[in-house]
Amino acid sequence: MDQNVIDDDAEAVAPHILPEAPAGEMTGAEIVIRALADQGVEHIFGYPGGAVLPIYDALFQQTEIEHILVRHEQGATHMAEGYARSTGKPGVVLVTSGPGATNAVTGLTDALMDSIPLVCITGQVPTHLIGSDAFQECDTVGITRPCTKHNYLVKDVNDLAQVLHEAFLVATSGRPGPVVVDIPKDIQFASGKYVRKENVRHKTYHPRLNGDPDKIRAAIEILRGARKPIFYTGGGVINSGPEASRLLREFADMTGVPVTSTLMGLGAYPAASDQWLGMLGMHGTYEANNAMHDCDVMLCVGARFDDRITGRLDAFSPGSRKIHIDIDPAQINKNVRVEVGIVGDVAHVLAEMVRIWKASKAQIDPAGMADWWRRINSWRARDCLRYRRSETTIKPQHAVERIYELTKGPNTYVTTEVGQHQMWAAQYFRFEEPNRWMTSGGLGTMGYGMPAAIGVQKAHPEALVIDIAGEASIQMCIQELSTAVQYNLPIKVFILNNEYMGMVRQWQQLLHGGRYSHSYSESLPDFVKLAEAYGVKGLRCDKPADLDATIKAMVEHDGPVLVDCLVDKMENCFPMIPSGRAHNEMILGEVSEETIGKAISDEGKMLV
Amino acid sequence: MRQPTGSAYFMEEHHEPVTPHTLAILVDNEPGVLARVIGLFSGRGYNIDSLTVSEVSHEGHLSRITVVTTGPADVVEQIKTQLDRLVPVHSVLDLTLTGRALERELMLIKVKGKGEMRVEALRIAEAFRARVIDATVESFVFELTGKPDKLDQFILLMTPLGLIEVARTGVAAMARGSEAMEG
Ligand SMILES: Cc1ncc(C[n+]2csc(CCOP(=O)(O)OP(=O)(O)O)c2C)c(N)n1
Ligand SMILES: [Mg+2]
Repeated sequence: MDQNVIDDDAEAVAPHILPEAPAGEMTGAEIVIRALADQGVEHIFGYPGGAVLPIYDALFQQTEIEHILVRHEQGATHMAEGYARSTGKPGVVLVTSGPGATNAVTGLTDALMDSIPLVCITGQVPTHLIGSDAFQECDTVGITRPCTKHNYLVKDVNDLAQVLHEAFLVATSGRPGPVVVDIPKDIQFASGKYVRKENVRHKTYHPRLNGDPDKIRAAIEILRGARKPIFYTGGGVINSGPEASRLLREFADMTGVPVTSTLMGLGAYPAASDQWLGMLGMHGTYEANNAMHDCDVMLCVGARFDDRITGRLDAFSPGSRKIHIDIDPAQINKNVRVEVGIVGDVAHVLAEMVRIWKASKAQIDPAGMADWWRRINSWRARDCLRYRRSETTIKPQHAVERIYELTKGPNTYVTTEVGQHQMWAAQYFRFEEPNRWMTSGGLGTMGYGMPAAIGVQKAHPEALVIDIAGEASIQMCIQELSTAVQYNLPIKVFILNNEYMGMVRQWQQLLHGGRYSHSYSESLPDFVKLAEAYGVKGLRCDKPADLDATIKAMVEHDGPVLVDCLVDKMENCFPMIPSGRAHNEMILGEVSEETIGKAISDEGKMLV
Repeated sequence: MRQPTGSAYFMEEHHEPVTPHTLAILVDNEPGVLARVIGLFSGRGYNIDSLTVSEVSHEGHLSRITVVTTGPADVVEQIKTQLDRLVPVHSVLDLTLTGRALERELMLIKVKGKGEMRVEALRIAEAFRARVIDATVESFVFELTGKPDKLDQFILLMTPLGLIEVARTGVAAMARGSEAMEG
């Protein structure tokens, strides 16, 4: 687009050239850029419009910050999430007022649920028009209040720098989350004083990092007396930073305790370790869920007893003494009562636990542990992720296994959409390092994976970034292929195409008598041609024999690739804790249809 | 019925007794903070029985919000911890749990009537130590301060005597003793 054309969204009275700020002052738009640069921001994901034109003008006149133009604001938020999750740095989004802001709401909610640090700057109509139903006005702070950690409406340009720095502080400290800063257009034009980030401290918000020493000691005492302990870890370990993952490994190593993790925590503990039990929860492994059920001491590290994890609450790990480490005090005793709740940062608390354990030369009763591992190994022997192989159709599990085998390594990052393919990716791809796995856990947002992959690739230009996708989910943000092409981001989208909203179909099969109401992916596009239309390499694969060659071709191509992999249409995701059942009542794969039908009680059918 | 936490994944019914709780919340006096606080109640479908808010320190830019709500103890505890983590919230205190907190409310009440009814209204008002702050030949406006149940009682007695309008401030509450609420 011609940069000189005036956007007709812009209101007529405002000048279209940034006024020169008086000496020692800057315009609001310049303050935004300056504050971002001061915060170390290198990339922002955005989409212009009338209410952010001054900021786009300021962007145009600088080189410190690279702007990535998306195709839909939801895409910008997921890109920023992928960027943040894979680097530990905050993701930054810039969108216009009204529809720009409302389009960002899904990604903000997603980031809130998964504790991802985002700063989202939204343009707003000029201050004097707020509340007048002005063109492209919406109540952005009202709409985003429940889906952000905090938000601000800036009404004085002299507050702007302070608010922006505070926004970064709030987004990244404590339990991370999304923060919105809504900036009316007149504030972007006005000139005011800039304050540096060093001069900003928050009045009230000082999250606690160190755990209470008495509680940490109590936790160590409980753990020491355990005979059947387990570590149940979550996304909080990843959020706390690489040191937390390192300490978790060290602590697990010195105690010999088995480790399981939520969907969000995969990679914090290496899948290659003998002590790794796999993921737990609704589609977790047989050994992880049984160990959770039967353990006598549970140390929950940075997880939140989500309903996908606990299954039936009144039957959740009935005999265990529970310890919970979380930086968010509101998580402790929320769903499950614990004996010791330690509020603090995972890395800080684990460092203290490791120190005390070492100093006191503590050890868990070896005989008890040997017994516990014997039981765990008997559960492992069930080989719960086994599936029936086929010579003629590609099994989706097999496809993920092959992707893993052919791409594994510390430089590989995986994102997913939402559905069966997401669970298969979690089960069959094995992660050894934190920050390599990006998925929408809490909100379960279809359309997350491809933009997230773009964000990851932007942060790690040399990495191999793969979005394991479903044919339904991928269509929700497909337009971002264009962004990948524009910025030469060689992401690999691998669609496990089962022609169904598979996870919906699976529930309909198990809970609704096989009435597949509106879950068939009718009128699918030709994904190869669609990819080509965007300038992306398209590949198709429908035979198990061709799978490896296709994956290799995908990896080797120097540029973005989309693979349409036609897989078994009726495969189900197992193991599964049926609705309304406990951890030790899992159903495994390779069971007859009839067993599946009976597995879920009438009462369970009411559940989500 | 109480909705279980999380999702409808658990359908066990909860039949915990609900009790009234009075929460005192110290917050930064800034736009949106009240909406944020109330949102935690309305988002769960809980009613706020009474709400007062006013600046309590001009220099400190602090406001105090007093909320009376009715719910199961664990839900109120959950709301309390979630209030506590809101960025502009300084501290939250469940005065019901600290025990024997002082609670006062102010009410203006308009009663219209003649003859016997008017005399009776005035007599009861005296017994309740209500003050007459406006009068016409056929009406009174009384001002009354006290615990909420005292105000309820007064309303009950005035109803047959020509009560036509009530305005209440909601509860202001504070713990007894020499300690201040932490800021
Ligand atoms: C935005 C959004 N809408 C609806 C859903 C509900 N949902 C969960 S999984 C799913 C089907 C996903 O289908 P597909 O992407 O093909 O993945 P599959 O399960 O087949 O692997 C749906 C509709 C959702 N998670 N997100
Ligand atoms: Mg599908």
